[in-house]
Amino acid sequence: MKKEFQIISELIDNNTRVLDIGCGDGTLMKNLKDKKNIDTRGLEISKKNVQECIGKGLSIIEGNAEKDLYQFPNLSFDYAILSQTLQAFYDPEKVINDLLRVANKAIVTIPNFGHWKVRLNLLFKGTMPVTKNLPNEWYNTPNLHMCTIKDFYNFCFNKKIELYKSIALSGEKTSLINNNNLIIKNLSSELGIFLIKK
Amino acid sequence: MNTKENIKKIIVEKELKLDCGKTINNYPLAYETYGVLNEKKDNAILAFHALTGDQFVSGINPITNKPGWWSYLVGPSKAIDTNKFFVICANVIGGCMGSLGPSSIDPETNKPYGTNFPVLTINDMVNAQYNLLEFFKIEKLYSVLGGSMGGMQVLQFVANFPNKTKTAIPIACSASHSAQNIAFNELGRQSIMADSNWKEGNYSKLNLSPDKGLAVARMAAHITYLSKEGLQEKFGRKLQEKDDLNFSFDADFQIESYLRYQGSIFVDRFDANSYLYITRAMDYFDLLKQYKGNLSKAFEKTKTKFFIISFTSDWLYPTSENKEIVIALNSSGADVGFIEITSDKGHDSFLLNVPEFLKTIKNFLETNYR
Repeated sequence: MKKEFQIISELIDNNTRVLDIGCGDGTLMKNLKDKKNIDTRGLEISKKNVQECIGKGLSIIEGNAEKDLYQFPNLSFDYAILSQTLQAFYDPEKVINDLLRVANKAIVTIPNFGHWKVRLNLLFKGTMPVTKNLPNEWYNTPNLHMCTIKDFYNFCFNKKIELYKSIALSGEKTSLINNNNLIIKNLSSELGIFLIKK
Repeated sequence: MNTKENIKKIIVEKELKLDCGKTINNYPLAYETYGVLNEKKDNAILAFHALTGDQFVSGINPITNKPGWWSYLVGPSKAIDTNKFFVICANVIGGCMGSLGPSSIDPETNKPYGTNFPVLTINDMVNAQYNLLEFFKIEKLYSVLGGSMGGMQVLQFVANFPNKTKTAIPIACSASHSAQNIAFNELGRQSIMADSNWKEGNYSKLNLSPDKGLAVARMAAHITYLSKEGLQEKFGRKLQEKDDLNFSFDADFQIESYLRYQGSIFVDRFDANSYLYITRAMDYFDLLKQYKGNLSKAFEKTKTKFFIISFTSDWLYPTSENKEIVIALNSSGADVGFIEITSDKGHDSFLLNVPEFLKTIKNFLETNYR
C-alpha cells in the first residue's frame, strides 16, 4: 500500500465508520476493513473500479461526490476520506462542507501545486507543469482547482475549519506542517495530508 | 398444459391474512429448486420472479419447453453457480403455474375463481413464499434477489423479515410503483377486459380465452421492456419478408411481426386473469406508504447487505428510482452497494446476456459467501 494510504490509515481509529470518496479500486478500504475492523463505505465514479471493489467484498456505491453525497445523513460516519480528488471538483468548497456534514472528521489529501518542481516547471519551461503527481497535460487534466498546501492551510483558517493534523509527504518522507514551517513545507512537499473538523 | 400436475408444490396449511382483509389457507405454492442445500443450510438463495415469470428459473421449463427465464444467470458455473448455491423459486400466488391463482378451483363453487379471487399485494406474495423457509428448514437465506416485480418482492421480504437473509439484490425496480407504470399496466388490463371473450373473467367456465386482449397487453408491455436505441438497432425500418410496403395493415415491418409473435406465444403460457391480478399487485406496491412516507424505516432493523443494480437504458424502472432505494438504505445506516450497468437492452437487460451484469452478480455473491 502506498505511503499516502499508510498515513491515512494511521490517522483513523480502529472500529470506526469510514466513507471513502473516490475510493478507486478499494485498496485503502480493504486495508482499513481487514486491519482495523472498520465499517467502510465507498463512493466511486468509475464502473471498472466499482467492479474491483465488489470483487474485494466491499460496500461500494457508484456515484459522484458532487452529486451523491447528499444521500448520506449528517454525521453518519466517523471519518470521510478524500484522496487527491478535491482539485477535480467544480465546487471544492461545497464538497468539503459536505464531507464535514456526513462525517465527524475528514481526511483530505492534495497534490501540492506549490512544490518546487512544479514551480520550476512553470518558471523555466513556461508551460503548465507535468510531474509525477500531476501527470496530465493542460488539455486533458481532470484538475479544475489546483491549490498549494499553503492555499489549503489558509482556506481552513478562513473558513474556521479546525486543522487537527497537517502532514507533508515528500517521496517516502513525512513531516508535520505548522505555522512556522509552512513556507518551507509548501516548497518541499509533493502531497499534503490534512485531518480536519468543523 | 397437462403436465402441470407434476409441478412441485407445498400445500400451505397456515392461514395467511391478505392485505385486502380476506384470508387463505390450505393453498398450493408451486416451486422449483436448483443445486443442493448444503448441510449447514447456509447456501440457499430465494429468487423472485417478475410479472410473467414462473418458478422455472433455469434449464428447460417443462410446461413451455423453453429455457427458464433466468437461464443466463442461474446454472452450474454460471453467475449464480448452482454447484455452490441452492436456488429456490416459487410461482407467486395469483400466478398460473401451479400456485393458488384466479384459475384455481374455488372449493365453494367448484369452478375457477376468476374475478372472485381476492386482490393480492406484493406483501401477500412474499408472506406466502416465506413458508418455503420453514419447509426447507432454512434458518437464514444467503440471498434474496429478483428483477422488476422480483425486486419489489426482495424489498418487501427484507422489510418483513429483516434477519432472514444475509444479502439482498433488488434489480431494476422501485420502492413505489410510478404513475407511468400504473398507466402501462392499466393499458394491459383494459386490453384484456375489452376482449369479448373475457366475459367478466369467467372465460374458462365457458371454454373461451381472451387471447387477443392478452396478446395486445403483452405487445404493449413488451415495448416498455425495450429501449428506443435497442429497437432501432435490432429492427430499424426493416420489412418483414418483403421488398416493399404492402399498402395494407399486414405486418409490413419486422417490429410489427416481432410484437405479434411475442403476443401470440404469450397467450399459450399465461392466464389473462393472472395478468390482471399480478399487475394490480405491482400497482399497489408502495413501500413508502407502508412506512408512512419514510422508506428508511422499512430497513431500520436489518443487517442484510444490499446490492442494488439498475440499467442505463431502463426507462420503466430508471436508475433514479433505484437510487431512491440506495438513499433510503444509506439513511438508515444499512450496508448498501449500487451499480448502474451500461446496456442498451432496456428494462429486459436483467433477463438477457449482459456480461457486465452477470459478472456483477457473480462477483457479489461469491465474495460475500465466506
